[in-house]
Amino acid sequence: MSIGPVQETSPTFVGMPAFPEAAREALANTQQRQNLHNATHTIRAKRAAVVAEVDDWEALRVAGADAKDEALHHLGDYLEQVEESLTANGAIVHWARDAAEANRIVIDIARAKEVDEVVKVKSMATQEIELNEALEEAGISAWETDLAELIVQLFGDRPSHILVPAIHRNRTEIRDVFLREMARFGRPAPDDLTDDPARLAEAARLHLREKFLRAKVAVSGANFAIADTGTLVVVESEGNGRMCLTLPETLISVVGIEKVLPTWDDLGPMLQLLPRSSTGERMNPYTTMWSGVHDGDGPQEVHVILLDNGRSHVLADSVGRQALRCIRCSACLNVCPVYERTGGHAYGSVYPGPIGAVLNPQLRGTSSEVDASLPYASSLCGACFDACPVRINIPELLVELRGTVAEQGGHRAESAAMKAAAWVLSDPRRLAVAQKGATTAGKLIGKRTITKVPGLGAWTDARNLPTPPKETFRQWWAREHEEGGQR
Amino acid sequence: MLLDGGMTAAQPRTDLRVALFATCFNDTMWPETPKAVVRLLERLGVRVEFPMDQTCCGQMMTNTGYAGDAVPLVRHFVDVFEKYDAVVAPSGSCVGSVRDQHPMIAHLAGDPGLASEVEEVRPKVYELSEFLVDVLGVTDVGAWFPHRVTYHPTCHSLRMLRVGDRPLQLLRAVEGIDLVELPGAEECCGFGGTFAVKNADVSVAMGTDKAEHVAETGAEVLVAGDNSCLAHIGGILGRQRSGIRTMHLAEILASTKENPA
Ligand code: SF4
Repeated sequence: MSIGPVQETSPTFVGMPAFPEAAREALANTQQRQNLHNATHTIRAKRAAVVAEVDDWEALRVAGADAKDEALHHLGDYLEQVEESLTANGAIVHWARDAAEANRIVIDIARAKEVDEVVKVKSMATQEIELNEALEEAGISAWETDLAELIVQLFGDRPSHILVPAIHRNRTEIRDVFLREMARFGRPAPDDLTDDPARLAEAARLHLREKFLRAKVAVSGANFAIADTGTLVVVESEGNGRMCLTLPETLISVVGIEKVLPTWDDLGPMLQLLPRSSTGERMNPYTTMWSGVHDGDGPQEVHVILLDNGRSHVLADSVGRQALRCIRCSACLNVCPVYERTGGHAYGSVYPGPIGAVLNPQLRGTSSEVDASLPYASSLCGACFDACPVRINIPELLVELRGTVAEQGGHRAESAAMKAAAWVLSDPRRLAVAQKGATTAGKLIGKRTITKVPGLGAWTDARNLPTPPKETFRQWWAREHEEGGQR
Repeated sequence: MLLDGGMTAAQPRTDLRVALFATCFNDTMWPETPKAVVRLLERLGVRVEFPMDQTCCGQMMTNTGYAGDAVPLVRHFVDVFEKYDAVVAPSGSCVGSVRDQHPMIAHLAGDPGLASEVEEVRPKVYELSEFLVDVLGVTDVGAWFPHRVTYHPTCHSLRMLRVGDRPLQLLRAVEGIDLVELPGAEECCGFGGTFAVKNADVSVAMGTDKAEHVAETGAEVLVAGDNSCLAHIGGILGRQRSGIRTMHLAEILASTKENPA
C-alpha cells in the first residue's frame, strides 16, 4: 500500500488560534464549564460502574487492542478482503484518498439518484471530511438525524464532543433553538415546548420522522467493517440510525480504512468494550449490521467509500499507529481534566480531547498553529490511557509528537534552554555551579514570599513561587559526610 | 510481623547497598525532602549513600519534546546507579521517568548497550513508598505527626508507578495523625511540568479546583509524593492565603516526637 499524504486542514479550522488561547476563551465561559463539568462527571461515574462489573476488563482491552493491531499490521490484505466480500455481497466499493475525493463520490451518487436531500446517521468520518458543507454547496441538503447532531445543526454550531456533540449546550438553550429554528427546515416545534427532555425528544422525533419517510438516499459511517463476512456495523442509541440504514433505497457509507476488523468473532469484544466505555451502558440500544444487498429487504443499492485521508501516513509511524485503534468511544474525553475545563472547540477539529490532541497533528501534520500546540494540551496525567478500551498510550504519543514539533524548529529559545539544561545536568560539577545561583537567590530572598518574577508571569500570575533554599541537599551532604558519599 | 496495625521491619536491611536519588529539583529547591529520606531510612536501619555524581533523570527534556537531549542524562544515570542494589527517590514523577521513559530514550539513541544497562538498572529504582512497603516490608515507620492531613496521589505515582495505597498505609500508621480523605483525589492537579507554563490558564484552573478540595477537608497539611505538584498546588494555596501547608510524604514519615517536623 502506498503512503498517502497528510490531510489538508479544512477551511473551517484554518487560522484556528493555538490551544492555549482558545482554551483561555473557553475557560471564561462559565455556563459551558458548568455544563461540561456535570456531563463529564455523570458519564465518568456510569462508565466506572459498568467497567467494574466486568470480570476481566483488562483481558477484554487486550483482546480489543489485539484485533485492531492484527488488522492494522496487515491492513492492505484486510482491505482487499473487505472489498472482495462486500462486492460479493452486492455492495459497490469506492476508494477515496482524501476528503475531496470522498465528497465527490457521495455527490455523484446523490446526483445520479436526482435527490436534493439526504438523511444522515451520526458519523465522525463524514464530519472529518465536512461532507455536509460539500453537499450544501452542491445544492443537496444533509439532515442530521442524531438528536445531538440535529441540535448542533440547528445552532449552526460545531460539535464539541465525539459522542455528545452538543455537550456544551443545556436543556433551555436546546428548547430555545428548537422553537427558533426547526420551522425553517421542516416540521416546526410545538409552541408550548418545555425543556423537559421527553418533550424535547418528542419534538425532534416528529421533526425527523417526515424526513426519514421521504428520503431516498441515506449517508452513514460505520463503527466496524468486518473483512471475512463483508459486514458493516453501526452502533447507536436512538434508533435514528436504524431508520436511515433500512428505509431509503440507497445507502452510502463513508468508512475510514482503520475501521476494518479481520473476522466476525472480533466483533465480540468490541461490542462489550464500546458501549461500556462510551455511554456507560452494558449494551447500546441499537446495533445494525448489513452485509451488502438483500432482495426486497432494506436499501437496494449499497455504496461503501473506503477513506484514507491521512490514515496511511499515520500507519507508517511504528509508535504512532496505535492511535488508529481508536473506536471513537470518547472515554478519554470524559475523563480528561483538560477537556472538562476547555470543552471541544479549543482543539480546532471534529476530534477533540486527548485523542484529538494526538490524531489531529498525526492526520494533518504540525504546520498549523493549532496542530503544533495540541501535543502540549495535556498535563500527561494518564487518565486517558487508563480509560481507553483499546489501550492507546496517549501520553506516550503526545510526548512523541512534542518531539516532532520541537524538531520542526520555531522554538529557538526553548530548544536552546533545553540544550543548556542538558549540558548542565549531564555533569555534576556544572550542576553544582548552577545551583549556586539558586542558593544565592535563596539567601537574598530569605523568608519573603515570591509573588512576581519578570518573565515568569505564566507561573506567578496566579501562583506563588517556591523560595529557593540557602543550601542545596548536595552541599548539606558534603558538609555532613566526608568525600565519596560515605558516612 | 504485625504491630499496632502496621508492619514493622522484620530485619534492618544492612545487606543492601542503597543509594538515594535525590532528583535535581529536590536537590536544588527542596533539600528538606531528601534530608528527611536519609533520617527516615537511617532510623529504619538502612545505610543510605548519596552518590555525589548524580544529576537528573531527563524527564523535563523528554516531556518537552527534546528526548535526544536526554540521552547523555540517561547514560549518566545508569553509570552512577548501576552498582547499587536499590535506588530510592522521593519523587513518583522521576521514578516514573526512569521506569517508563529511559527504555524509549535508549531505543531512540540506537544504542543496544545503553538499552541493556537501562533494563538492568530500572527495576532497582523505587519511589519512597514502594521501597518502604515492598523492599523493607514496613508500614509503621515509627513516625509522630499530630496534625490534620490530607493526601494527594500524584498522577505519576498513581497511574505510571501504580503505588496504590502504599502511601496511605504508611500515613495511617503515623502516630497522632488525623488523616482525612481528599475529594476528587485522583484528578490531576494541573502541574504537568511544561504544561504549567505552556497552558498556564488551564493549569491554574485545574490547580484551583484541587486547592478548593484541599480546603474543603479542613486539613492543616497537604501531603504528596512529588514536590513539583506540591509547589503548584501550594503556590495557589499560598496566593489564596489559605494557611494550609504542603509537605512531602518523606518529611511526615521522618517526623518524630524527639525531632518533629
Ligand atoms: S482514544 Fe481510546 S478512549 Fe479515546 S475515543 Fe479512542 S478508543 Fe475511546
